[in-house]
Amino acid sequence: MNPVSLHPVSPNPASRKPVSLTIDGRAVTVPAGTSVLLAAQSAGIDVPHLCHDPRVEPIGACRLCSVKVEGARGLVAACGQQVAPGMVVTSEDPELAERRRHVLELLLSEHHASCANCDRSGDCRLQDYAYRYQADPHRFGVYVPKHTAPNYTALDQGILYDADKCIRCGLCVKYCETVQMAEALTFTWRADRLVVSTPGDVPLRETDCEFCGGCIRVCPTGAMLDRGAAHHGRAADLKKVRTTCAYCGVGCQVDLYVDPHKNRIVRASAEPGATVNDGNLCVKGHFGFEFVGSPARLRQPLIRRDGELQPASWDEALALIAERLGGIRQRHGADALAFVSSARCTNEENYLLQKIARAVVGTNNVDNCATSCHAPSVAGLAESFGSGAMTNSTVEIRDCKVLFLIGANPTEAHPIFGLEMKRALRAGAKLIVCDPRRTWMAKHADLHLQHRPGTDNLLLNAMMRCILDEGLADLAFVEARCEGFAEFRQNLEGFSIERAAAECGVDAELLRAAARLYAKGQPSAIYYTLGITEHACGTDNVKNVANLAMLCGQIGKWASGVNPLRGQNNVQGACDMGAMPHKLPGYQNWSDAAVRTRFEQAWQSPLPQSAGLRIPMMIRGAGQGTLKALYVMGQDLVATEPNQSDVVEELQALEFLVVQEIFLTETAKLAHVVLPGAAFAEKDGTFACSERRLQLVRKAVEPPGEAKADWEILLLVAAALGKPMAYRNPAQVYDELASLAPVFGGISHRRIEAHHGLQWPCPDSHHPGTRFLHEGRFTRGKGRFHAIAHTPPREEPTPEFPLILSTGRTLYNYNCGSMTRKTAVIDAKDPGNFVEIHRDTAKHYGIEPDEKVAVRTARGRVTGRAVVGERVRPDTIWMPFHFAEESANLVTNDVFDPVTATAEYKCCAAVLEKLPQGG
Amino acid sequence: MKRVDRYLLARVDLPDSHTLAVYRAHGGYQALEQVLRKPWKPEQVTQVVKDSALRGRGGAGFLTGLKWSFMPDPAKDPRPRYLAINADESEPGTCKDRVLMERDPHGLIEGCLVSAYAMRASTVYIYVRGEYRVSYARLQAAIDEAREAGLVGRRILGSDFSCEIWMHPGAGAYICGEETGLMESLEGKRGHPRPKPPFPAASGLWRSPTTVNNVETIFNVPFLVLRGADWFKALGTKGSTGNFLCGISGHVERPGVYELPFGVTAREILEQCAGGVWKGRRLKAFFPGGSSTGLLPASSVDVVMDHDSVKAAGSMFGTAAMIVLDETASIAQLMEVTLRFYDHESCGQCSQCREGTEWLHQIFRRIVRGQGRMQDLDLLVSLANGMAPAKTICALADAAAIPTLSAVKHFRAELEQCVRLGRDPLATATAQSPEHHEAHA
Repeated sequence: MNPVSLHPVSPNPASRKPVSLTIDGRAVTVPAGTSVLLAAQSAGIDVPHLCHDPRVEPIGACRLCSVKVEGARGLVAACGQQVAPGMVVTSEDPELAERRRHVLELLLSEHHASCANCDRSGDCRLQDYAYRYQADPHRFGVYVPKHTAPNYTALDQGILYDADKCIRCGLCVKYCETVQMAEALTFTWRADRLVVSTPGDVPLRETDCEFCGGCIRVCPTGAMLDRGAAHHGRAADLKKVRTTCAYCGVGCQVDLYVDPHKNRIVRASAEPGATVNDGNLCVKGHFGFEFVGSPARLRQPLIRRDGELQPASWDEALALIAERLGGIRQRHGADALAFVSSARCTNEENYLLQKIARAVVGTNNVDNCATSCHAPSVAGLAESFGSGAMTNSTVEIRDCKVLFLIGANPTEAHPIFGLEMKRALRAGAKLIVCDPRRTWMAKHADLHLQHRPGTDNLLLNAMMRCILDEGLADLAFVEARCEGFAEFRQNLEGFSIERAAAECGVDAELLRAAARLYAKGQPSAIYYTLGITEHACGTDNVKNVANLAMLCGQIGKWASGVNPLRGQNNVQGACDMGAMPHKLPGYQNWSDAAVRTRFEQAWQSPLPQSAGLRIPMMIRGAGQGTLKALYVMGQDLVATEPNQSDVVEELQALEFLVVQEIFLTETAKLAHVVLPGAAFAEKDGTFACSERRLQLVRKAVEPPGEAKADWEILLLVAAALGKPMAYRNPAQVYDELASLAPVFGGISHRRIEAHHGLQWPCPDSHHPGTRFLHEGRFTRGKGRFHAIAHTPPREEPTPEFPLILSTGRTLYNYNCGSMTRKTAVIDAKDPGNFVEIHRDTAKHYGIEPDEKVAVRTARGRVTGRAVVGERVRPDTIWMPFHFAEESANLVTNDVFDPVTATAEYKCCAAVLEKLPQGG
Repeated sequence: MKRVDRYLLARVDLPDSHTLAVYRAHGGYQALEQVLRKPWKPEQVTQVVKDSALRGRGGAGFLTGLKWSFMPDPAKDPRPRYLAINADESEPGTCKDRVLMERDPHGLIEGCLVSAYAMRASTVYIYVRGEYRVSYARLQAAIDEAREAGLVGRRILGSDFSCEIWMHPGAGAYICGEETGLMESLEGKRGHPRPKPPFPAASGLWRSPTTVNNVETIFNVPFLVLRGADWFKALGTKGSTGNFLCGISGHVERPGVYELPFGVTAREILEQCAGGVWKGRRLKAFFPGGSSTGLLPASSVDVVMDHDSVKAAGSMFGTAAMIVLDETASIAQLMEVTLRFYDHESCGQCSQCREGTEWLHQIFRRIVRGQGRMQDLDLLVSLANGMAPAKTICALADAAAIPTLSAVKHFRAELEQCVRLGRDPLATATAQSPEHHEAHA
């Protein structure tokens, strides 16, 4: 008699038990725990339902799915009944049809059934069932509107609720409460006056609503709508295009609904059951597509003439690029040129750009923004395990029993990973959060270790010391699967947990409790992001995280491993494609002779002989005059690199700067030539998400003006540089890549489409892809322990700068904000820069909540609104980096990890300044 | 009617019957002492309750011992365990638990403790109807007194058994008397009943094993411990053992709460306890067990009051709250009032209940007002058949549908006459005026 859990059926095929039953005379076999409704669906039997959604616990309110079960009293709601062996179910007969017609007539009696002017006409289950059962809307009388007063969405920019079309199925309320766990929606009143509202009927934006749009997506009728989409097209008027979200690295599958006549994306949605996100989206995925149709988009090439960027033709722009890049190459050699690729662009585009750099220009100077974020993961995990990517899949998160989060804020930075973790928590998983900030996850954690920024290795070493001391290490695993353990253990000899705890600012017992909980988890998994990597010791941090997993044998299993959550839609792909100075596509070494030969033959060009530069070195080279030309595709270096003022000066020193962009970003403003590229919705290709899954990006609308898909632009540039490449479409580009990189050998656009995405490694065309890595054997053979010593942050607090400044992402905005800040819903919710300050610190500086304050470091000064509370430690302040006009990167420290050149964005010394108020 | 051996109401007329001193002076807490000091095994208590065939007094008449046995084995299930007492007595016509809570609160507390011991629950919640302020105050005072005396709290009477009792006042919603609605409300949520399964024993309060019992049910338990199952079974009938509390109201001379053994007839209760139909009038109809049981015509007045006999007569024993109507009462008006109640109290989750109670109410209203149509009678039956039996999450839809079906079945001619005449000759003048309804809507 176990309680019905939210997801009784594990996605792990290995843990399922089959149950056989009979539905409508047909034998059906499904995994134990499946509901009768889903069992029927799996057999192709369409049991009508209005309040069922596989992501929420059964609501059982609409009663449409009621079926007959032999031996049961009355009718049984198929959504809430689990299958049992030998069960005999009748899902449709004249009596059930009559009951369903009756229910539908009651629903229609409270429903403003004017399909004629409803947005959802043609995509409405109530309409479908009313037709199927020929329900009479007026059987009981004439509908009289009961809710005429303005409701909680009256002034909302994102969501529109029409109570007259609501059938009170409760899905929106349940989704908000249990899936998103925002608890912004509730029912109010009761009986026939029951209506959806917010607690206290306050406007939606005053609640904890996170604008995930879930209420809209689960609504079976037209009661919940995107306000921006209302009256802009019904189902039949709009074309649905399934594509991959262009924000963080989760890789959500998004359905764009496009008005083909107006070339406009009207709304976005997602489908439950679809891979990775299971129909869930965050505010960015649901609402954040407005930038695509923004009037600020670049519509034609620009050339700098007389100091001003002026419109030009494609021919002029390409000719100038050929002349200047060619000239610089001739005068200064290929290594005077560099290319910055884009984690926002497709795999094919990244492949082409690095191919242009290596095979057309002849330099390894190609890099992407992973250097700013997860390059330490790529490097560190490669050294520890042999491959630098998330070891597990998104779908495994829900089976995890102990979640260990360090330096990660998934509910904001990777909201759908956050949602999957919430799902695990609802199923009883324990949660350990190591984070200097009290994030959503920290608030809901069983153990929150709020350590001082930059003390991650002390904390990890102390945990591992405790695990060794208490005999919790999985020594059999270490013995069989790992190497370098003796040196690692020696490094922890004499290590004092108490002293480390004191330096971290964490109670030693709490630290021990975390070590025990993680070590004993059945299973445990580690999730981390930039709190680990964006340090001058980022690569060391990553290796130490890997040490912890190996020490406890918590890797290479279902739902257990080490998972860097990637920050951008295709940052995984940009690295996969070799848009990095030291790796060829598929993480192959550029110096390996056999590899070189393969590539040189395929590309019919010699490969460069010298090592390439990382982005910070390119910028430094520009400032020092060793780098003469830079070609930047889809990245705003000025907004995203640390110590912004220096970056601008250095880029201005370049002889020639080409920027291929969709907006005139801060970097584009410095360019000599600007090429208008296409947004994600305007081109075909693939993205690789964090879980190593290749997914299709599909063209939904045409690019504006003369803008072109980036892969088309790159082909034009290659041709202009004298080496034309003959690809007719991105699929052909991918095929070439697959032939050169064994890890992607079995992947093609056709297979990606057929399999709803493929996870590498996928060596041949029969391989189903790889769910989790390192099962039985690490990619590099044996897992390698590293002895890691604590390296303090390069900049520690001083009397002049007594606070630690850390930076990061908010839920609503994304990176430099060039995309998200063009969406009204988002801009209303997260409009400008702010600084999180502990209430004691605020008191010390005499700062009141919401007043404007300045943050100063040795490099500069920015202002922001004071957010006073207890989200940060008293010795720490925190700022987002989304706001170009008050850029956090004016003050961040341009010191770098020695291995990957990743900047220490996560801690520098700072001081708060109270500003004169009023006026 | 044979002499009644009263035990449920044996103490209620004593002066200061609600105090610990009086309770103890009359045998109070002896069952608890016996169970803890002897000591009994928890299973022994459950076995006595099982053997007694005690049926729940909250309306459904489910076997209490069987319900308790659904609680999972604590050796295999480490979750906390709860006993929740349903004291949200809101069924129209029902006021029996109130007498016990106001005048013999320690009896309930002892029952809670012995029952919690049997189920190995260390926390008891008593969910009291919000309007029952005296009940709440008396119970709280009694709990405080008992805690002071070492009868509630840690290591009760020096044993290893610890048990806390918490009070929780309702806020006026009928639906919170439904056991899963009650649990939602206790958790601080809206009183929306939960789909079953899972049943409370598997996943109740805070997803932990929970048993929900009625006040009167639990009140019986100490007597079972002290006097044994055979004594209990000797009272009442074969399928319905023990005594029950009957609250009789409506058009009678002496409305009130009476303790009776199962097996008396409705006529005996009406005539011998309540003094017959008032004002010398004749009986027209009665609800045997509260307004959600089927309405019975005067011809059924000799029905034996036990679960099986009332069921055979086409109704339900329910909470034994007899509501009596004399010959002047209008059936249409009765039903309009009854359905107005259910329309107001439906939580609104299930389609048929939310809209069905509304339409049933509207149809009865138009019949009372003389605006009914002949096809309305079939519409009532069709609506009610869509709501019951067991077609919704909880039984509120049944509670609205069952009296509707019985009213149409037994009084179709009267309702048809209202339609034919274009008015309800028996309805009171105010019931026929639209303003009256708007004021109550």
